Amino acid sequence: MSARSQPRLLRALLHPWSLGVAGVLAVVIVWTLVSASGTVDKLFLPSPAAVWAAGQQQAAEGLLWSDIRASVSRVGAGFALSALVALPLGIAMGANRVICRLLEPLLALIRYMPAPAFIPLLIIYFGLGELPKVLLIFIGTLFFNTLMIMDAVKFVPSELVETALTLGGRRDQVLVRVITPCIIPQVIDAYRINMASAWNLVIVAELVAASEGLGKRISLAQRFLRTDEIFLGLIVIGLIGLLIDLSFRLLLRRTCTWAV
Amino acid sequence: MHLQLDRVSKVFGEGRSSKLVLEDISFEILPGEFVALVGSSGSGKSTVMRLVAGLERPSAGAVLVDGRPVRGAGSDRGMVFQKYSLYPWLTAAENVAFGMQLQGRGRPEIRERTAYFLEVVGLAGSASLYPRQLSGGMQQRVAIARALAAEPQLLLLDEPFGALDLQIRESMQEFLYQLWQRTGLAALLITHDLEEAMLLAQRLHILAPRPGRIVRTISLASERSDLAHLRVSPQFLELREDLARTLRSLDGALGA
Repeated sequence: MSARSQPRLLRALLHPWSLGVAGVLAVVIVWTLVSASGTVDKLFLPSPAAVWAAGQQQAAEGLLWSDIRASVSRVGAGFALSALVALPLGIAMGANRVICRLLEPLLALIRYMPAPAFIPLLIIYFGLGELPKVLLIFIGTLFFNTLMIMDAVKFVPSELVETALTLGGRRDQVLVRVITPCIIPQVIDAYRINMASAWNLVIVAELVAASEGLGKRISLAQRFLRTDEIFLGLIVIGLIGLLIDLSFRLLLRRTCTWAV
Repeated sequence: MHLQLDRVSKVFGEGRSSKLVLEDISFEILPGEFVALVGSSGSGKSTVMRLVAGLERPSAGAVLVDGRPVRGAGSDRGMVFQKYSLYPWLTAAENVAFGMQLQGRGRPEIRERTAYFLEVVGLAGSASLYPRQLSGGMQQRVAIARALAAEPQLLLLDEPFGALDLQIRESMQEFLYQLWQRTGLAALLITHDLEEAMLLAQRLHILAPRPGRIVRTISLASERSDLAHLRVSPQFLELREDLARTLRSLDGALGA
């Protein structure tokens, strides 16, 4: 090893991501070794190569892409709807005591009703199409989004609000020009966190009733004991989730340089 | 502007848990006057400030501006908080412009006045920096520029230098004094720092704690061309010691 390459290697090892990557690699290596050793039945633990092959096959058939498209667009529609409703609702609850007292107990109650429990009702109301799935994601994330935005508003430093008032600002100006910009970082973060449950819910909805989607593929794979396809589905779901999470982090860092 | 507080009392809470915070506070500030309120914690001095700013309403008595009762906050009474009052997502210049934008002034005017007031507080070179890039003293100067740019007739200063280091505090006091002389604004300063109040104010009220009430009022000599010199002059030190005794006795009475 030359003297020049050593610090570079050291720097690579010290990179904040290197430990995380090492953790993932370790699991993959253990997985490879265990499946190669033959101690576990292939039916229960397919090898990484088998999962990769299943992925290639699904990609070639186009199934993988249509499943991803179906699941992502359900999450996108349901979550976008939830984000759009939660923002004004959360701000209103955080900024207005009457609205807060009126709605907070109601939201706190509904929040504890597990969203998947709404599936039977949604199917009765709206059938088996896209609407009940989108609505499930909407219901399942709306209350968390709203309450987290409400909290962000409540934690806006009172000095910032009062300064605006003593500068001659009206209440509506305070809402638009102080509270809203102040909470944007927390709103993005709330969306990032709650996106994970949206992603959970779409899989649950597809397990119950769907013709395509990553969740549907997993439940079909179960019927045919195709554990390689189940593994594939789980990994794809995880990767897309990670990608969404990272994009939200990037968005936060790009738009709110003052807060990070 | 002529500010009057007429037998103002303030009670926080209701029923048994209610607490009298201010009792019978009366004083006035004439146009161009610099008045200070000095008291230890618990003397309700910040509450006085908030009442004047219109952020709180008196429980009894009246806060009058030019004879009319204060109904809410307004840009005629600009306020500088102790700390953390700059908008962290706006640059220094945007912070200064903020109040004028709320008032709906024209763009050329805002640009011109922003540049002018940044110049006044000596921060023309830091216009495009964000608050977290500024030192504590610089942040407070931006906050003062922002308050001034909104054209108040009375400047409310709530322990404006309380969070700063001693050295920076002294230079900020000089700065504030010169600013006041130059602009002819009326100012109300809240502080627990006797020296600060004595250096800057023309009249000084000492507040006793629990409930907050004015126990002593002192008019101060108006001649003070050199603050650094004044700080160590014998009469100044003597009066300071005298007032410090008063403040200590108020706290002592509480402890007994």
